[in-house]
Amino acid sequence: MMYKIFLPLSITKSIHTWLFDVLPEGVAPYVEMVLIAVAYLLVFAVAGLYLVLLERKVAAWFQLRLGPNRVGPFGLFQTMADALKLVSKEMYGTNRADKFLYNLAPYFPIITALLAMAVLPFSAQFQAFDINIGIFFLLAVSSVGVIGILLGGWASNNKYSLIGAMRSGLQVVSYELSVGLSLLTMVVLTGSLQLSEIIEVQKNGWLIVQGHIPAIIAFVIFMIAGTAETNRAPFDLVEAESELGAGFHTEYSGMKFAYFFLAEFINMFIISAIAVIVFFGGWLSPFGITEEISWFPSVLWFLGKVLIIVFLMMWFRWTFPRLRVDQLLNLEWKYLLPINLFNLVFMAIVVWLGWVITF
Amino acid sequence: MSVTGKYFINAPREIITQEYPDNRDTLKMFERFRGEVVMPHDKDNFHRCTGCQSCELACPNGSIEIIWDRQVDPDTGKKKKMIDKHIYHLSMCTMCGLCIEACPTDAIVWAQNFENSVYDRSSLTKVLNKPGSRLLPGVED
Amino acid sequence: MAEIETENKIKSEEYFVNMGPQHPAAHGVLRLILTIDGETIVNVDPDLGYIHRSIEKMCERDSYQQIVHLTDRMDYLSSHINNEAVCLAVEKGLQLEIPDRVKVIRTILSELTRLASHQLWWGVMGMDVGALTTYFYAFRDREMINDIFEETCGARLTMNYNIPGGLMYDIHPNFVKRVKEFVAHFKTKLPEYDRLLSGNIIFINRTKGVGVLSREDAISFGVSGPVARGSGFASDVRKRHPYSAYDRVSFKEIVMNEGDTLARYKVRILEMWESLSIIEQLIDNIPEGDHLVPTKAVIKLPKGEFYQRVETARGELGVYINSDGNKNPYRVKFRSPGFSNLSALNHVAKGGKIGDLVSIMASFDFVIPDIDR
Repeated sequence: MMYKIFLPLSITKSIHTWLFDVLPEGVAPYVEMVLIAVAYLLVFAVAGLYLVLLERKVAAWFQLRLGPNRVGPFGLFQTMADALKLVSKEMYGTNRADKFLYNLAPYFPIITALLAMAVLPFSAQFQAFDINIGIFFLLAVSSVGVIGILLGGWASNNKYSLIGAMRSGLQVVSYELSVGLSLLTMVVLTGSLQLSEIIEVQKNGWLIVQGHIPAIIAFVIFMIAGTAETNRAPFDLVEAESELGAGFHTEYSGMKFAYFFLAEFINMFIISAIAVIVFFGGWLSPFGITEEISWFPSVLWFLGKVLIIVFLMMWFRWTFPRLRVDQLLNLEWKYLLPINLFNLVFMAIVVWLGWVITF
Repeated sequence: MSVTGKYFINAPREIITQEYPDNRDTLKMFERFRGEVVMPHDKDNFHRCTGCQSCELACPNGSIEIIWDRQVDPDTGKKKKMIDKHIYHLSMCTMCGLCIEACPTDAIVWAQNFENSVYDRSSLTKVLNKPGSRLLPGVED
Repeated sequence: MAEIETENKIKSEEYFVNMGPQHPAAHGVLRLILTIDGETIVNVDPDLGYIHRSIEKMCERDSYQQIVHLTDRMDYLSSHINNEAVCLAVEKGLQLEIPDRVKVIRTILSELTRLASHQLWWGVMGMDVGALTTYFYAFRDREMINDIFEETCGARLTMNYNIPGGLMYDIHPNFVKRVKEFVAHFKTKLPEYDRLLSGNIIFINRTKGVGVLSREDAISFGVSGPVARGSGFASDVRKRHPYSAYDRVSFKEIVMNEGDTLARYKVRILEMWESLSIIEQLIDNIPEGDHLVPTKAVIKLPKGEFYQRVETARGELGVYINSDGNKNPYRVKFRSPGFSNLSALNHVAKGGKIGDLVSIMASFDFVIPDIDR
């Protein structure tokens, strides 16, 4: 197993050397891994909580109202309060539900989300797991997340949950194709699947600029398919409250519901992060002056761009009506897939003829 | 998309929620707002209700009960109908306004308070005339 | 679960799903028993009566001025129009001559109520279809109308401002100014509604060709209002049997021929424009005069039957009063528009998907207290 651990900034370099000094040779790497895992869990939790608050505030500002503003200044502690409430709820299951599967189902989306977050390059030095099949790994891991949805719906012993889970399952599986193909289009341009290499290539200009037309088409398709992957509006017939119940997570309450809920927001974060890495240059600054302003932490560029794309996804949610199931599948198989395939060929031609724009 | 985007950008100006419990001092209801039926008393504790029962007859569901008595009027020395209690069941009132329209002496009016919820239902049965108050002389003519 | 054979001789099972009386974001307490086969609806069976309050029976106990406040609560979104219907029926019986001022003010208030009801309908339609922001924009505009009503009548939803003989009290001096401000404000907002929802390709795909009601079916089921006009059946009571001041304003009756959900949607949006133009024509010259024709304190209608039909935001409301000379009516019957519209739901929703059912119900614009009085 080949792995490299890059150390974020210089503080942790000293922690790394301190650990290796203090502990015996065999134990130190494992302790380091545990520390990094805990750090990622913290990032995950904080990001999840504050994304929820951001969503509520943004939704409120679109709808001419103030968001949560009572709990803490500007409602900053609102999600803490929500998390406390969810933790303290009674976790009952349905009669005759399959207990093992019912309890197992919420863990799938969370675990896959954490795995996906592990490979994201937050900055040049801050990436936990830089494998040479980065993008492929991300796609594979998000496919595993579907299992959680299907298990949740089936194990609840509730026909509405089952309907919701089936719809959601087929939606996610169909749109993974589009996500994969649009990312593949960009890989044609970069020549490598490894995420840090992709960002290295973008030092000559962001990929969406390098690949002009096919890259823009790929970006649009990626955004549409990405929102469908995470079951967000306008593809949220799973959680559609005006229809039957609440989809596959009807029967979950308390902490398990919190897992599904958080996993949705983290998935949104991950899709935006992939979009930023592949299309918009990851942690590079806009005008190629990253080395000149090395005092400016590149993590902030990354997070800023991710937040802009997350905001875009939220904007979609609060503006567009919902698509019906058959229209959704129509969209994917009859429109997006042919456009994707054509785009792939187009991008291959563009690269072969050398029509890319570099700086 | 542009519509919602425009509202987001102009958000601080366009937000129309009023932060309710915090703005009780500045909140002013319209004068015709139908909050609750009250009987205004002036500073000498006089009211204008003659006990004629028009409001009780006009009320569609019996939210008003008048308890009256024939007593000797201290001013003129003759027996006449005087009001003892004007009982108003806020719990049953539909705020239709027929009682206020029916009253010939304008004894009852609308108050503008809308925060009428209580913990104990019996406090919703109100007696509108205060104890010790009497009819303003010269009201019936 | 019943087994049915589909056309290609594959046995599949249909099962019963209950869209229950308590429903998040639905239109009130309506229970629908759906028989569905996969995702396609085979049968819709409405189960009414969850909010029946025996209004018609209560009317037999009350006097004629007291019936009016009960009609507020039937179709609460067009409460002013309901009040007007009863008052007109009673005035027809007493053969009272209503002053012009009262007629014009009643018409303006009716059109404002219709606008408020359609605004709420638009907000809820967006919400049912999935665009959750439309609800808030609709309520922001509706608040202005509610403020107008609050200043003049004292209440925002259940107005009880019409009484047999005229209006309860005269309009507030600020009324004309506020209505003009509102009309000017709303004219800038209605095109936004179009841009947000009607021009949206997702919305059009969701509503075009969905829930088609043909003209013959509309007439045979007895639907009225925007539902019927969306199917080509021109049945606007304001044009066919004018009452109050509708004979002196000019407005178009909007009829579309496709009969699908998009047609019903467009009919209501265009009706909002027409209501705005009616208000504009009337607001500037409200005639002077009394606001009330004095009637006796105890109204007794002569023996006989009196019927009055008005156009509420949902369709044609009919008020039938059968009087035998006493001070209480012998029988009052309300022909509610929602009840007849609901009977067409089964026919229209067959063969569609569940998502279609939601958008069809939103376009029919049910208010359940109107259906079970």
